Amino acid sequence: MNETGAPRAGNPSPEQLRYARLLDWCMKTGLAVLIAGFVVYVSGVLPVLIPFEALPRLWTLPVADYVRESGMATGWGWLAMADKGDVVITTGIAILTGASVPCLVALVPVYARARDWLYLTVTVTLIGVLMLAASGVLVAH
Amino acid sequence: MSKSRPFTPPPYLGLVVALAAALFPATAHAASGGSVAAWWVWPLALFLVCFVLGMIAVPAGIGGGVLFVPIVGGFFPFHLDFVRGAGLLVALASALAAGPSLLRGGLADLRLGLPLALVAAAGAVVGALVGLALPTRLVEVALGVSILCISALMWRARRSEYPVVAQPDALGAALRMSGVFHDFAMRREVAWQVHRTPIALALFAGIGMLAGVFGLGAGWANVPVLNLVMGAPLRLSVGTSGFILSIVDSAAAWVYINKGALLAIVAVPSAIGMMMGAFIGARLLRVLKAATIRRVVIVVLVLAGVRTLAKGAGWWL
Repeated sequence: MNETGAPRAGNPSPEQLRYARLLDWCMKTGLAVLIAGFVVYVSGVLPVLIPFEALPRLWTLPVADYVRESGMATGWGWLAMADKGDVVITTGIAILTGASVPCLVALVPVYARARDWLYLTVTVTLIGVLMLAASGVLVAH
Repeated sequence: MSKSRPFTPPPYLGLVVALAAALFPATAHAASGGSVAAWWVWPLALFLVCFVLGMIAVPAGIGGGVLFVPIVGGFFPFHLDFVRGAGLLVALASALAAGPSLLRGGLADLRLGLPLALVAAAGAVVGALVGLALPTRLVEVALGVSILCISALMWRARRSEYPVVAQPDALGAALRMSGVFHDFAMRREVAWQVHRTPIALALFAGIGMLAGVFGLGAGWANVPVLNLVMGAPLRLSVGTSGFILSIVDSAAAWVYINKGALLAIVAVPSAIGMMMGAFIGARLLRVLKAATIRRVVIVVLVLAGVRTLAKGAGWWL
């Protein structure tokens, strides 16, 4: 018998509260980094890869043409351009987009300890799907 | 832990946003004609629009993306690739902002959501890859049709506050998708369980795929499947849908990020506006009349769907 997921008298399970706590932290961190990055971007503290005046033309193009004309990196190539104001902002986007992964990882020992093999499998597989999507392998040419 | 006081939006906020929205077509024309002076208008307009969308998306039981993509795709000058990428980030931001509160308050259920999120996330990755490979006009036409279908579905779909599930199915029972839900509005505890879990899993794979293709988020479909197909209580369905969105949209968003289809100047003001709106929306979920909000949302969706369809078909550029 495991301890996770038993019917609860209106209270969230401990693993759900753990997930919520971590998600809250990751979301707020991501949001703070995103806002800070945006302030850096629009304030002009760092040089930008794409001048603001060029944006109204570039944002009307399909993504393939935009990447070709702007020189913007694809995949994780943005890390090598992180000294640019319009690229460093991707840090906040990446933290927000990846926020669920640490929360799911935190569930693994809980389900393992409880011998809840079904949910352990679901959680690990879900982590795998998110990591595969994040890796860039699927869109690599 | 300190409890935050519910936020009441200032009464003039709606007026400001309405005025900004009324100015969009004229400004869009100027920008597409090469006006460089007005570039900053777009981040500002996106922020204001998304703040309002965030507030109404959670109580309406939908992700912000389903409102964002047709509205911004139809009335702003950005290419649909960037709108879809931003739409996913917007829907994700909305779900992330509401997620912790919904999970802590028991309005979302982790065990119910995790298996559904798994199949939907896999579908979303496939959908995003397919969506970015299709011609833009085709995606616009399909998006317009989909939005009109979603509006019809939202208009006609019945909802059940507390569906009766006499017997859980074998898979639902094996996954122990059951619990006791505390309904704050009704001030009562409701024991719940689910049925038709295999059908729901198949539907969630399809929903995830649509979310990836169109960058829509998927709350519009998550809630009916959770509530009407599986038999979860309505409020629990709305909350769990938000939790599922936070994972599914993340999976699809990575594909758009890696392709370069996430333009910061479009996505960030939108996401910040949506998150701030969703913080409020999650608190309003307990007190607002969802039916009224849904009617307003349906009208907006029909207008945006017609506009997107006309744009894709070349009737109205």
